[in-house]
Amino acid sequence: MNKAFKNLDEVTIRFAGDSGDGMQLTGMQFTSTTALLGNDLSTLPDFPAEIRAPAGTLFGVSGFQIHFGSTEINTPGDACDVLVAMNPAALKVNLRSLRDGGIIIANSDGFNEKNLKLAGYESNPLEDGSLSKYQVHAVAITKLTHNALDDLGLSNKLVERSKNFFALGMMYWMFTRPLEPTIKWIQEKFKKNPEFIEANTRVLKAGYAFGETTEIFAVRYEVKPAPLAPGKYRSVTGNEAVAWGLIAASVKSGLDLFLGSYPITPASDILHELAKHKNFRVKTFQAEDEIAGISSAIGASYGGAIGVTTTSGPGMALKTEAMGLAVMLELPLIICDVQRGGPSTGLPTKTEQADLLQALYGRNSEAPIPVIAASTPADCFLTAFEAVRIAIKYMTPVIILSDGYLANGAEPWLIPLVGSLPDIAPKFRTDPEGFQPYMRDERTLARPWAIPGTPGLEHRIGGLEKEHITGNVSYDPENHEFMVKMRQAKVDRIADDIPPAVVEGDQKGDLLVVGWGGTYGAIRTAVEEKRKEGKSVSHLQLKYINPFQKNVGEILYNFKNVLVPELNLGQLARVLRAKYLVPAITLSKVQGLPFKAIEIENKIDEILGTTR
Amino acid sequence: MNLVDDILKDAPVTPPVKYTAKDFQSDQDVRWCPGCGDYSILAQVQRVMPDLNIPKHRIVFVSGIGCSSRFPYYMETYGFHSIHGRAPAIASGLKIARPDLMIWVATGDGDGLSIGGNHLIHVCRRNVDLKILLFNNEIYGLTKGQYSPTSEVGKVTKSTPYGSIDHPFNPLLVALGAEASFVARTLDRDPKHLQTIIRRAADHKGTSFIEIYQNCNVFNDGAFFKYTEKETKDDNVVFIEHGKPMVFGKEHDKGIRLEGFTPTVVSLKDGKYSASDLIVHNEKDTMLSFILARMSSIPDLPRPVGVVYSVERPLYEAEVSKQIQQATQKQGEGNLEKLLNHGETWTIK
Repeated sequence: MNKAFKNLDEVTIRFAGDSGDGMQLTGMQFTSTTALLGNDLSTLPDFPAEIRAPAGTLFGVSGFQIHFGSTEINTPGDACDVLVAMNPAALKVNLRSLRDGGIIIANSDGFNEKNLKLAGYESNPLEDGSLSKYQVHAVAITKLTHNALDDLGLSNKLVERSKNFFALGMMYWMFTRPLEPTIKWIQEKFKKNPEFIEANTRVLKAGYAFGETTEIFAVRYEVKPAPLAPGKYRSVTGNEAVAWGLIAASVKSGLDLFLGSYPITPASDILHELAKHKNFRVKTFQAEDEIAGISSAIGASYGGAIGVTTTSGPGMALKTEAMGLAVMLELPLIICDVQRGGPSTGLPTKTEQADLLQALYGRNSEAPIPVIAASTPADCFLTAFEAVRIAIKYMTPVIILSDGYLANGAEPWLIPLVGSLPDIAPKFRTDPEGFQPYMRDERTLARPWAIPGTPGLEHRIGGLEKEHITGNVSYDPENHEFMVKMRQAKVDRIADDIPPAVVEGDQKGDLLVVGWGGTYGAIRTAVEEKRKEGKSVSHLQLKYINPFQKNVGEILYNFKNVLVPELNLGQLARVLRAKYLVPAITLSKVQGLPFKAIEIENKIDEILGTTR
Repeated sequence: MNLVDDILKDAPVTPPVKYTAKDFQSDQDVRWCPGCGDYSILAQVQRVMPDLNIPKHRIVFVSGIGCSSRFPYYMETYGFHSIHGRAPAIASGLKIARPDLMIWVATGDGDGLSIGGNHLIHVCRRNVDLKILLFNNEIYGLTKGQYSPTSEVGKVTKSTPYGSIDHPFNPLLVALGAEASFVARTLDRDPKHLQTIIRRAADHKGTSFIEIYQNCNVFNDGAFFKYTEKETKDDNVVFIEHGKPMVFGKEHDKGIRLEGFTPTVVSLKDGKYSASDLIVHNEKDTMLSFILARMSSIPDLPRPVGVVYSVERPLYEAEVSKQIQQATQKQGEGNLEKLLNHGETWTIK
C-alpha cells in the first residue's frame, strides 16, 4: 500500500521499556543508523540504577531519547514526538515527556492485567480514552515477534528478547531509515550464535514490513541530512571521548598513560574503554578503592607517566586528601569527575552539575587546582587533551568535570586529524648540576619533573610544607605563606596560556546567558531561539573555570543582565558574583535531568519581558 | 620507546662506585626521639643497601604518615613521604608504571594496619614487588600515645584511660591471610638478624612483608623487651630457619613440636624428645606459616622470628607488562588515527 511521505526538520523519539527490554541497545542502533544518514543528533539515555529491576515496575523503566534533524541539533529534545512504550510502566513514566498530539506506539501485549496493576493503572489506558490527546497506535509486538519466529523452535525467553528489534524495525520504516547497518551489527555482535542472527534479523525485518503493510500507519516521515561541516564523522559518547582524548595526549606527549580507578557510575565506561587499548601502552589499574585509585595515579605520575583517576562525586570526596597531596607535590595528575545526582549516593545514573564547588574548593587549606569542563560529548575529547597539556606544563593536578548526561549521551563528531592536535612537550629534568626539587620555571612557575631512575637527582618529596627552592621540610611561617601564594600564582598563570572566551551572539546587550559544562546545547538552542525573536541575548559557555579566561570580566560587564542556568542551586553564579561582583541571576534545576531549552527560554522571557 | 625510557636509556643499571652505608645517609637531620628503635632500623637498612648492587637512583623509599614514615627523608635515594596509610597504593602505581625501580615502603602499625589496612592487604594479594617494612611499636607515637591496632587488650593510653577493649591484629596473619609471598619478622635490637631479613626481602621477587618489633621508648618503652633483651630473649624467641628444627632456649634445650595442629614447647633435656621430633621449618609450607604466625597469640609459646613464609608467584607488574606486549603483538602498536576512525564512520561532502 502506498503511504504519504512527510518531511520533518527534526524529530524526538523516546524508546522506553523494562530495563531488560534492550531499550538502550535499540536506541543506540537507531542512533548509529541515523548518524550514518547524515542527520545531526543528540541522545539521552535514561536508565535506572538497578540492573534488572523487577519486570513491569515503574522503577525498572529504562528509556533512550534521540533528537535528530536536518538542522543543527544541540539537545536531546525538550518534548518527544514519538514514544515507544513496551509496557504500561514505560508509558506511565514517560508520558509527561510526550508533546500534546504526539505519537504513542505501545506494545499492546505488554498491557496485561499484571503489568497494568504494577504500573498502577486502574484500567487499560490504551482502551479507556485517557490518551485521547495523543495518536495512539497499539501494536501486538510480542505476538508479532512470535509469529515471525514461529518455525525456529526458539525458547519463549529468546523470542521475547527479540521484540525490541520489532519496535526498531517499525521505527526504521516510519522514519525511512535503512535496515542494513543494524543487520550488519547483528551479524557482528552474534557471530558465534547464528540462531540469534537469524532471529533478530527476521524480527527487525518483520517490524519494518509491518509498518509497510499495516493500515495503522498512514504516514511515514523523512528527515533529510543536516548541513554539517564536510569531513569524516563518527558518533561518540562523552566517556569514549575522554578515554580517546587521554590516549591522544599520551601519543602526543610520548608518555605512558596510567589509569588508577575504582568502578563507579557513570564514570566506569572510561575505565572500560581505556582497558581495551593496551597496545597504546595504557596501563589500567582497578584499585581496591577510590583512594588507591588516585594514590596509584600519583605514584605513576611521580614515575613519569600521565597519572589519571576517573570517578564521580562520592569517589571524588574520597580522593580529596590525595588531591591535596598532589597539589603539594606539584606533580601532573588528571582527576576526571563524571558528576551525578547527589549528595551521598544520590541518583547514580542521573545527571547533575553540583560538584563544581567541590572541585574548586573541596580540600583542606589553600589547595588550588585547575578545573576545566566539557560542554558536549564530543568536546570531552579536547577537554581531556587540554587537561593533560596543562597538567604537564604546569606540574599540577587538573580536574576535568564531565557529567552523566555528557558521559552517556552521543553526538556526531567530526573526527579530528591527528596532525592538527597540538604537541605536548614534557621536559624531564636530567641535569644534576644546580638541581633543586622546588626550583621553578620563571614563566610557568612549574617545578622540575625529576623522575626516579635519573642519576644524580635523588631527592625527597612529600606532603609536609616545602621550603622554596630546596624542597626541604620547612615549618617557617614566612616560607609557608610564600609557598601558599606561589601555588596559587602558578595556577593563576594558566590564564595567560588559554584562548580568550568567545561570546556566541552580540558582544554587548541586555542579557548574557553564562553556562558551563553540559548545559551548552540547551542554552545555545534557547539563546538562538530568542535571538530569532529579536531579543538582545548572547551566550557564553565557560570551559575554563579555574582559572577563568582573562576576558570573562570584561564580557560580563558588557551586558545589563547575567543569567546562569545550572543543574545545581547556583554554584557558578556564586563564584561569578564573588569574583566579578555582578548580580548574576540563577536558573536552577536539580531533577537529575538536563535542561530543556524551553525552560531557559522562559527564564529569558521573564528577565527581558515577552514583548520586544 | 616512550620519553621516560629514552631519557633513562644511558642511566647505569649497576652502581657507578662501590657504595658504603654512608652513601645512603641523606643530608637531612634525623628527627626521631633519642633512643628510638627507628635509628637501628635506619642504620641496618643503610648498611645492607651497598650489598644490593643497585644504583641509588633506581631505589625509592615510599612512606605514609607516622614516626616510621619519616624514613625516606633520611635515605640518600629517591624518597616519597605521602599521606596516612596510602604508601602501598602510591608505591603500587609507581611500580606498575616503572618496574625498573626497586621500591621500599616504610610504614607502621597505625599507618599500615589501621588507616592503610585496605591498601596493605590488596598489595599483598596482587604481589606487586614492593619491600614493606612495618615498624610495629604497638602504639601511636606521632600523635603522642594512643593505642594502636596491635596494642594488647587492656592497654591504658591517653585515648583508653580504662584500658583498650579492641582485640589486636596479628600482623603476620594479616599478611599471610592476604597471601603475601614473603612474610618475616625481625627485631630492631638485633642488628644482624635485621640485616639478614632486609637482605632476604631485597632478594625476594614479590611483595615482601617484614614486621619489625620496634621499641618506642617514649610511649611504649619495653613493649618487646621480653623478645629483644639478653636476659629473656633466648627463652621467648625461636629463631626459625628454613630446613632447621625449631630449637630455642639459653641452653638450646627447648624445641617446638606439633601435636596435631598445635605447636607445643618440649624439653630436649630429659631424653624424651630430640631435635628429630621438632618442627623442621619450611618457608614454602603454607599451613605451617599460619601455625607459626598464630604462635604469637598463644601466651606460653616463644615468638617465631625469621622468615615465616617465602614462595614465588607471578608479579603483578610483570603481568601488566605482559598483557601490553601481547596486545601489541596481536593488534600492532597503537595508532591514534586508526583508533579515532575505527568502527562506523561516515563522510559529509
